[in-house]
Amino acid sequence: MLYAILCYHDEDTVGSWSREHEDAVMAKLAVVQEKFDAQGRLGPVARLLPTTAATTLRKDGDPPLVIDGPFAETKEQLLGFYIIEATGLDDALEAARELGRANPGGSYEIRPVGLFRPGSVAT
Amino acid sequence: MTDLAWIDAALTSARPQALGALLRYFRDLDTAEEAYQNACLRALRTWPQNGPPRDATAWLILVARNSGIDDARRRGKQQALPPDEAISDIDDAESELAERLDGSHYRDDILRLLFICCHPDLQPTQQIALALRIVSGLGLKQIARAFLVSEAAMEQRITRAKAAVAKAGVPFETPGAVERSERLAAVAAMIYLIFNEGYSASGEAIGSRTPLCDEAIRLARLLLRLFAAEPEIMGLLSLMLLQHARVAARYDADGGIVLLDDQDRGRWNRQMIAEGMALIDKAMRHRRSGPYQVQAAIAALHSGAAHPGETDWTQIELLYRTLEVQQPSPVVTLNRAVAVSKVQGPQAALDLIAPLGRRLDGYFNYHGVRGALLLQLGRTREAHEAFDRAIALAGTTAEAAHIRMHIDRLMADCTAATTAPGLK
Repeated sequence: MLYAILCYHDEDTVGSWSREHEDAVMAKLAVVQEKFDAQGRLGPVARLLPTTAATTLRKDGDPPLVIDGPFAETKEQLLGFYIIEATGLDDALEAARELGRANPGGSYEIRPVGLFRPGSVAT
Repeated sequence: MTDLAWIDAALTSARPQALGALLRYFRDLDTAEEAYQNACLRALRTWPQNGPPRDATAWLILVARNSGIDDARRRGKQQALPPDEAISDIDDAESELAERLDGSHYRDDILRLLFICCHPDLQPTQQIALALRIVSGLGLKQIARAFLVSEAAMEQRITRAKAAVAKAGVPFETPGAVERSERLAAVAAMIYLIFNEGYSASGEAIGSRTPLCDEAIRLARLLLRLFAAEPEIMGLLSLMLLQHARVAARYDADGGIVLLDDQDRGRWNRQMIAEGMALIDKAMRHRRSGPYQVQAAIAALHSGAAHPGETDWTQIELLYRTLEVQQPSPVVTLNRAVAVSKVQGPQAALDLIAPLGRRLDGYFNYHGVRGALLLQLGRTREAHEAFDRAIALAGTTAEAAHIRMHIDRLMADCTAATTAPGLK
């Protein structure tokens, strides 16, 4: 079963990391991701730019309204996501814990994936 | 990540909002700062054991407020401070306070805090020093190093700035729409000053001053989060990201500045460029142009070119025309002349800058650009005179050496079609 691991954290705090700290966290995360990759269970991984770069399209009006900023003003923001293959929730949680040990702070939301198309974007 | 690194990042990111709220509460900068300092000390003592609070900013404001009140009481009645344990169980109060913080207040709190740092009575250098000390919470040592002065001198500068601000009075009433937008413009200008302090560094100052660019970007992000629909704030953040993205390619081994045309574009920071491009894209949708957006658009055109030869100089020239209208200055015209030389050739550019001679005679870059244009026209002797003038006017020996190196290269390949010195 595929799971999305949605990464939430206070982007102000993440934005206050020193460059060394940022590099150290990314290096630790890379080790975990490479392990998942070698096991053939790692899907797309995305890190999102800060919410200041976000634009929201509200579709409940006609015409839809374009609003600067993220969909919701929350204390912690959606900063990125992983798609991983796991045998079940326990397995997905274990994968999330492993990522969390490399990058503590904030929260991961683990969501089973209903429909998945890898798409055609070349990276 | 160690506990301390996490706490450090949390304290840094909470600072503007917490200090802004405390300033509103105590109405005195020193009291607010001291109270926040006390709260940070308590955080360092209690967070490693108790874990971080759910809302770090609310925790810090509450603890700082209690500490400030206690200090006032102690001074009045010589009463003892409550022990740390007494304030560790503040969960209910914390969520209640967080509730109130989500209201409209904190936007104006942070803006006010930034705004008092750019009081018109303060010199630009005082404004920057005060903002870095108060809002960013940088240490005296770090700020002093960035400005190449002693810690004692910097402390005095900040103390004087604080006194000037206190004398002028801090505006505590909620600003109206017009006043808010005036404050926003003053704060944006101050943030860009901080950025340029870092961006203009060269040689030995690079290490101590480049962090100012990161700090300015952080402050602009904070401001944009609060005023999400302001295209000029998007433009400001975009401009700084696009310029700072080149930092790894902007210096040679000796700390000399490498011109845009000569930079290794593979060393530009692609993520910062992507964010800068996204922001200018967003800003232009508003169709409310302004100088930051135009400058960001120019920077974006440079960033979008894989090679210097692919640069869209026609578009850049048009943007400089717009900038000349919005923010007339001979330096802007000089920059436009570089674009004109790429589009219409050196003679048109030379004609454009001829009337600037009187006002820019003391500006080394004017003579540098003029020399390069003359050289392209084959007027070698005049070009030499202009270059000599540029070298004589250079602020530092490193700058002079850099110009000389640039000239040597121009002279070497002036038989082929050459280019004017690009923008930094």
